Amino acid sequence: MVMEAFLREGVDTIFGIPGGANLPLYDVLEAGGVGIRPVPEGVEPKESPIRHYLVKHEQCAAHAADAYARVTGKAGVCYGTSGPGATNLVTGIANAFMDSVPLVCVTGQVISALIGRDGFQEADIQGITIPITKHNELVRTVDEIPRAMQEAFYIATTGRPGPVLVDIPRDVLQHKGKFYWQDKVQLRGYKPYTNGVNGDELAKAVELIEQSERPIILSGHGVIISHAYAEVRELAEKANIPVITTLLGISGFPGTHPLYLGMPGMHGMYWNNIAISEADLLIGVGMRFDDRVTGRLKDFAPKAKIIHLEIDPAEIGKNVKPTATLRGDARSSMRELNKHVTHRERGRWFQWLEEMRRDHPSIVIRETDEVLPQYVIQQIYEATKGNCYVCTGVGQHQMWAAQYFWYDKPNSFITSGGLGTMGFEVPAAMGAQVAAPNDTVWSICGDGGFMMTLQELATIAEYQWPIKFAIVNNNVLGMVRQWQELFYKNNLVATPLKNPDFVKLAEAFGILGLRAQKKLDVKPVIETAMSHPGPVVIDFQVKYDENCYPMVPPGASLDETIDQPEYAYQPKRVSDERKVAAR
Amino acid sequence: MNGFGKIRPHTIIALVEDRPGVLNRIASKWRQRGFNIESLAVGHSEKPGLSRMTFVVDADTNAEQVVKQLDKLVDVVHIRDVSHEDIVSRELAMVKVKADRQTRSHVIDIAEVFRAEVVDVEPDSIIIEATGDQQHIDSLVNLLQDYEIIELVRTGRVAMLRGPEVSHPHETEEEEQYERAPGVHTW
Repeated sequence: MVMEAFLREGVDTIFGIPGGANLPLYDVLEAGGVGIRPVPEGVEPKESPIRHYLVKHEQCAAHAADAYARVTGKAGVCYGTSGPGATNLVTGIANAFMDSVPLVCVTGQVISALIGRDGFQEADIQGITIPITKHNELVRTVDEIPRAMQEAFYIATTGRPGPVLVDIPRDVLQHKGKFYWQDKVQLRGYKPYTNGVNGDELAKAVELIEQSERPIILSGHGVIISHAYAEVRELAEKANIPVITTLLGISGFPGTHPLYLGMPGMHGMYWNNIAISEADLLIGVGMRFDDRVTGRLKDFAPKAKIIHLEIDPAEIGKNVKPTATLRGDARSSMRELNKHVTHRERGRWFQWLEEMRRDHPSIVIRETDEVLPQYVIQQIYEATKGNCYVCTGVGQHQMWAAQYFWYDKPNSFITSGGLGTMGFEVPAAMGAQVAAPNDTVWSICGDGGFMMTLQELATIAEYQWPIKFAIVNNNVLGMVRQWQELFYKNNLVATPLKNPDFVKLAEAFGILGLRAQKKLDVKPVIETAMSHPGPVVIDFQVKYDENCYPMVPPGASLDETIDQPEYAYQPKRVSDERKVAAR
Repeated sequence: MNGFGKIRPHTIIALVEDRPGVLNRIASKWRQRGFNIESLAVGHSEKPGLSRMTFVVDADTNAEQVVKQLDKLVDVVHIRDVSHEDIVSRELAMVKVKADRQTRSHVIDIAEVFRAEVVDVEPDSIIIEATGDQQHIDSLVNLLQDYEIIELVRTGRVAMLRGPEVSHPHETEEEEQYERAPGVHTW
């Protein structure tokens, strides 16, 4: 039943681990996890084979499905058994929830008779996941399975996407029932389609844009989710407005576009944070004015009026009070808006931005023989020219990957934004590689995060996914160390790491391991990795105490951004070159 | 006497699916944001399969954000904050009061003033059932304090809008205006 629902929903990939309670789900898979048996009537198995990938920890099943969903735009599917299998999914579900990723998690539950009686491997996963799922359900009879599955996919993928968990007891999975399928899901309490670009609000928004002398577009994850690439570009070009992308909005707008300004916020570009503080209009598209973007909220964008394009009514007015609101998905809202906006020269604004960027370059790479993490990222960019997927974990390496890489491939930056889950980089790369088997996937890892999920190297070796892992290895929990240095009087407690030999470790898994200890090693190592057909783990031994700048100290406002302290050497700045070239 | 000083409790009404777990989901959201549920009444509504809930929550902040979050729950069909609207609200209380031959008639007198009914009389006690808005019940309870209240039980508040307006407007069939995103990511 579950499988047939998957086939109807076009599911082709499942990540998971079997166990006592979800074994019936596995029993219908052919050996090797390809295809299903018996084949339901009217379904040609070869047209939509379902492939199951055995991971080593359920958290990684959820993260891999998460990345798979981000890359394909379809719902990612993962399996876990009851009890610990289900609770291990929790981090992955919370991660998808915070980043609005469609996920359908199917967990086995102990048999109905044991529910609530502390059965072996029982956990009330429905209760546990209530606050971190868009919806969840414990299915109590076999006849409810098709409806529950259909609703799960519908809820997960429509409106503001999010994870849905379906918990099914083993006995319910084993019962026989009649399969049915509705033409259209009807839920009284769920109406994702209230697409209300209100005429008055639209007129107000258009007027605000026309009057604005210093506008900025803040482009968020919603642009990527609704595939509004063309629309946001049209809006920017037609109305002549520069574009800032939030962390999750990166790769929603071409990274080398002349109107592109990079990322704002805690580790955003200095010029962006000052520009937001100076702007007279912010157009927030599919973003939620998160605290990492706004800094101290009461001093956020003091001179700006705000237009908010947002699908989720609960986000409107949550952190900032917009002057005009366009409710709906980013794509259709911007289409409406684009019909009316007109070009306006904003010479002084662009000149001001230009000067800010010249005086505060923010991203500079010092000349040194040491391996600087920024240099590593920049060299990966140079080697790939941005034609790859980049997955990251959370911390300094993530911020450098956001700062020093020009994302010119749409939706190519896969990162854990809202929840900030260390260890996301490894399973996310798996999901991305499965979703895009013909593309190169680079996983930029922190050494701390890599240690959290490295067991998946076994999975990667098994399936021979040619993922390139670049461990930005500073032997320390870098971002935390940076906070200790700056805000806790350099009291470095519990941050230094005694890491294993990552090269030997990779080899133990049957994966090529490489190491770069000097700056000169970096380029050749990346080249070797690129030419190797299988997976590669590279240990970049970077400077231990490199800090990530610019930085807005926690609790400070955007105009208190601390810029990169050293400008002793300013190398050729890729950003400027690209900017010139792009114009 | 809501025990929260100047803070005004919010009255929120909701139409929800009659399913296990609904209350859990709603209560979870209130908890997360630190709202205390002062009272809660649940029962069937005029629509089959849907229950009507009335929440009274204490709030020193605006409840708007939580109400929006609750509205997003699939099981919540409709929810609105009626604190600032013209509503009729009632609750019911049963008060068991110590009353013997001497005091019984006094207690019954008080009950009559409050249009409350005597539902049980024993030699040493009496149970009074009262219906009214919160203030009404509070006053009654206050007066009965003089006669030693043995036990007090109050239902949560139930509320509805005055006049012909429906508290929860019927959902109209909406045209699907939403276009699913295409599968390929291109500029």
